[in-house]
Amino acid sequence: MSFSTLIQHCLTGISLGGAYALIAIGYTMVYGILRLINFAHGEIFMMAGYFMIFSMASFPWPISVTITIAGTILLGVAIERAAYKPLRSAPRMSIMISAIGVSYLLQNLATYLFSALPQSYPEIPILKKIFQIGAVSASLVTFITPVLTILLVYALVMLINHSKIGMAMRAVSKDFETSALMGIKINNVISMTFVIGSFLAAVGSILYFTDRMSVTPFSGTLPGLKCFVAAVFGGIGSIPGAVVGGFVIGVCETALVALGYSTFSDAFTFVLLIVMLLFRPTGLFGEKNIDKV
Amino acid sequence: MLKIENLYVSYSGIEAVKGISLEVPDQSIVTLIGANGAGKSTTLRTISGLVKPKSGRITYQGEEITGMEPEKIVSRGITLVPEGRRVFPDLTVLENLKIGAYLRKEKDFSEDFRWIYDLFPRLKERSWQLAGTLSGGEQQMLAVGRALMSHPKLIMMDEPSLGLAPLVVKGIFDIIKEIHKRGVTILLIEQNANMALRTADFGYVLETGKITMSGTGIDLLQDESVKAAYLGKKRQ
Repeated sequence: MSFSTLIQHCLTGISLGGAYALIAIGYTMVYGILRLINFAHGEIFMMAGYFMIFSMASFPWPISVTITIAGTILLGVAIERAAYKPLRSAPRMSIMISAIGVSYLLQNLATYLFSALPQSYPEIPILKKIFQIGAVSASLVTFITPVLTILLVYALVMLINHSKIGMAMRAVSKDFETSALMGIKINNVISMTFVIGSFLAAVGSILYFTDRMSVTPFSGTLPGLKCFVAAVFGGIGSIPGAVVGGFVIGVCETALVALGYSTFSDAFTFVLLIVMLLFRPTGLFGEKNIDKV
Repeated sequence: MLKIENLYVSYSGIEAVKGISLEVPDQSIVTLIGANGAGKSTTLRTISGLVKPKSGRITYQGEEITGMEPEKIVSRGITLVPEGRRVFPDLTVLENLKIGAYLRKEKDFSEDFRWIYDLFPRLKERSWQLAGTLSGGEQQMLAVGRALMSHPKLIMMDEPSLGLAPLVVKGIFDIIKEIHKRGVTILLIEQNANMALRTADFGYVLETGKITMSGTGIDLLQDESVKAAYLGKKRQ
């Protein structure tokens, strides 16, 4: 393998990893607040793909991107209100089952509405512009994805550590009841978590599908599961963990494809999950417990 | 200031509070004493809005607040220091204080910090430490300080002395008196009936969800049955 091919593959891997990282944050944040694996997150990501297809049919891309992001946020918050909020005091298993239900509901709804045939994903011309550096060539989206990911993660970490709503989110993630006693509206904080998670999923979806070029009702399943693994790998509940996990899975997957083992690239992700759960169940940056009784 | 009339509360079918009525006058210290499971904590949790009552009325400064959401109750100036401290372990001491002022609009809390650090110099030394690393006594100080940050008119404390060393307990009660001097009304729940009754103007004895006795702190301290049941002294 020549040096330039290696660089080429690295770029692809890092770019894929960036999109995974953005989606993985959604899993990890919802888990951090509700202790729920939001199995519908992959489907939110898939629906964002369809939102983009339909808005691009009638609007220029900047407006379509805005519509897609707004639509995805609305969908995420609506799912929380309709399927998770009524189960707030129910056993955790019930709300998890509800999440699985929502996931299948969205898949089947999409099949019913848009058919199971792949719909071609619209091109945003700028993102598809090819750059040539030496022997390496890649479209702009490949460069933009990791940069945008890092910027968004930085903004998110600042929001969580240095703003009032961020402080409220950290408090609610530890203790609902005491947070309520401080005057925090728990439901607003939970909605905010879904707003952020869905926003990042929408951005991730645009970057991911621009590379893949088509969307089906099942396009969300595998990326969704992989990003869930990324979140577990990094330590679920930890944002830096989800980002690292996303990049690791993206790069490894691309590396396997490059080495000719593309058949195993998906299996690898799940082997990674099993190995991680066996040897370090809390993940790379898993929650450390410092509370004293 | 706070008036409870005929309050009934049940948790998943079990009646924890069975028709209690009590009154907390403005600027007073009132205590509820009673054994474990008598319904003391449930009463405070119901006042603060965490638990919805089955029936009865809670009025505060003439306004009915029965069944309101916790944030509405806090915004009216009632705050609860929960049982077991419940500080946020992975927020710093300073952040724990700031979150106590969550509903306040102003940005500058330096005046409040000065007062609270004055009351609890230990917290000032540790203001950048994570609250989870504090000792039990320090966490209790932080929980009280956090409650004060909301500028309460009525502060309710659930077993502030639980699990603390005797010297620390004395410190906590000194603080309670100090807060009271600043014009804050106090509703206190205690297992340490002796200390609580000495500090309080008025006390209620709660047994299995009902008020069985009430009187001034001094009267209850001298009552034979209270002595026998809660102060560990034999009936003569």
